[in-house]
Amino acid sequence: MKRQVLTALTTEILRENSNKITAHIAAHKIMPGALLPLLHAIQDDIGYVPEDAYLPISKALALSVAEVHGVVTFYHHFRRHPAGKHILQICRAESCQAMGSAKLETQVKKTLRIDYHETTPDGLITLLPIYCLGNCACSPAVMLDEEVYGRMDADKVAELISEARAA
Amino acid sequence: MIKVYVPRDSSALSMGAERTAKAIAAEAQKRGIEITLIRNGSRGLFWLEPMVEVETDKGRVAYAPVQPKDVTSLFDADFLNGLSSKAKSHALNLGLTEEISWLKKQQRLTFARVGITEPVSLEDYIAHDGYKGLKNALKLSGADIVKAVTDSGLRGRGGAAFPTGIKWKTVLDTPNEQKYIVCNADEGDSGTYSDRMIMEDDPFVLIEGMTIAGITVGATQGYIYLRSEYPHALKTLNEAITKAEKAGYLGDKICGSQFSFNLEVRRAAGAYICGEETSLLESLEGKRGQVRFKPPLPAIEGLFGKPTVVNNVISLATVPIILDKGAQFYADYGMGRSRGTLPIQLAGNLKQTGLVELAFGTTLRELLYDFGGGSATGRPIRAVQIGGPLGAYLPESQFDTPLDYEEFSKIWAVLGHGGIVAFDDTVDMAQMARYAFEFCAIESCGKCTPCRIGSARGVEVIDRIIEGKDHAKNIQLVRDLSDTMFNGSLCALGGMTPYPVLSAINHFGEDFGLEAKKVAA
Repeated sequence: MKRQVLTALTTEILRENSNKITAHIAAHKIMPGALLPLLHAIQDDIGYVPEDAYLPISKALALSVAEVHGVVTFYHHFRRHPAGKHILQICRAESCQAMGSAKLETQVKKTLRIDYHETTPDGLITLLPIYCLGNCACSPAVMLDEEVYGRMDADKVAELISEARAA
Repeated sequence: MIKVYVPRDSSALSMGAERTAKAIAAEAQKRGIEITLIRNGSRGLFWLEPMVEVETDKGRVAYAPVQPKDVTSLFDADFLNGLSSKAKSHALNLGLTEEISWLKKQQRLTFARVGITEPVSLEDYIAHDGYKGLKNALKLSGADIVKAVTDSGLRGRGGAAFPTGIKWKTVLDTPNEQKYIVCNADEGDSGTYSDRMIMEDDPFVLIEGMTIAGITVGATQGYIYLRSEYPHALKTLNEAITKAEKAGYLGDKICGSQFSFNLEVRRAAGAYICGEETSLLESLEGKRGQVRFKPPLPAIEGLFGKPTVVNNVISLATVPIILDKGAQFYADYGMGRSRGTLPIQLAGNLKQTGLVELAFGTTLRELLYDFGGGSATGRPIRAVQIGGPLGAYLPESQFDTPLDYEEFSKIWAVLGHGGIVAFDDTVDMAQMARYAFEFCAIESCGKCTPCRIGSARGVEVIDRIIEGKDHAKNIQLVRDLSDTMFNGSLCALGGMTPYPVLSAINHFGEDFGLEAKKVAA
């Protein structure tokens, strides 16, 4: 019974996603160099770029499925699977290293009990490394979703995480 | 009504400027005081953000850093009346902003308006000399504009330092119905944020610079290729572009002339290599960001095979002041063949981090100690990396090198995009060399073997050196590998990774198990 409900729900989500993808393709198809803006639109909307999107995209843009796959996998920003509710990125670049980001990343991984590119079991946070947020004057920096936070330490990151959990 | 300024720059926001702004607005309302809250760009004194300024008869008075908990005491001290003795006695009062020596010692040309104006106010931009450069440019021929840009001595501020005027001339002289202006806003180098500041804090200056480039070479379409890590810059640029279009500064027949120029922001997708101009163009075309062979130069066959100007944000944002005040005005700053100013970004382990725009020629020591105030941790500064992750690490013995492209070449270092990252004496330079290879391996586009394979092997060789396995042999191996990458890579990613690696070994040999004195500098 439970499985049937889940399957029905998944089918519903997939259908909804498929409709969204079709609409994004229609909106972007005539743009010069449309692929990146299209992939951004899809990921912004549904949280990732599902493989089901490759075929309709390739048809609309006169590309092979392999070319679409090649582009999606080339760029660090694009995800092929759903992420957690929030995305926490820790800067690993030199300026943040000079201000102790290596220690910070170890502590955050320990707090969340996950490694980079993993999501907490409750689906709340996906942890990613990032190489420079342009906040080098306030190192070490992290980004939670679309906001950057400067001069971070483990306690401040823990506070951000609990705020995200409470929201 | 008294104007109160709280920055909207994302570094200021990262230090809590949004909450500070809200707390000020709420406290003013509570006390029944009417204020005009303006969200300006940042003055670039990032160790003091959030910096709040209040307008007075004598100019703006600064208070910093202001956290929400400080707001009540500021109101109690009559901070809105910035010149009053009560306000002056508040612990956070820094006096008149323009008199802060850190700012006063600078020569702000490209950053003239940054922190002063409201970023997306076109009226404010025009009131502060905005669009004067374009007005002048519209009266000149393409060749005359190219001459002005060439005579100014402006060189590509993205890092390659190629003369901007020569690049423009090539595109001007290549006939084609369709040409493009592409702004490289994929500022991926660690320690750099000047592009971000221009885009968030004075977006119209970039738009004006690109428009001038367009009318010069006959391009009607421009693209800003913006890194995806800068969501605030994206919003600000799009807002500014819409305003410029509405006011006739973009679109058909700009300012009533026969020129048309359209501008669009395109988001990158987190690939460092796309800061390399040919992979950037591939990416804009919707492909994997793999480096192209040169020739053909992008100026001849660039975006979609058409003649294309590809310039960094700072290069383009510097064009308006050159066209406004003249080539000679700009060329009068600087030293040797490095003319004009460089927006320097102080980052990493420094007490006073931020944006310092100065004429070329200042020494690193002045920047690290006079402006930077020494290390943030209070320990000695041991190494400084300049020019991003592909820049050399400099030891203290080289701190007296003046900032100049040629002087840096002489010591086998690069100025790059002007980012300066300081490390204190707790840094392990063998780990930094390992990281340089690791970063190259993560970001390599995979097209050429020296970079794709060399970077991965480099990490392994450094690991063996750290373990002390076949030490002398592996030190030689890393030198050979660096030589192959330096000479055999297609672009600067593989070609310049040897800079951080070899400079670390040469100057900090003790971290690699070598005796410092035996290592050649």
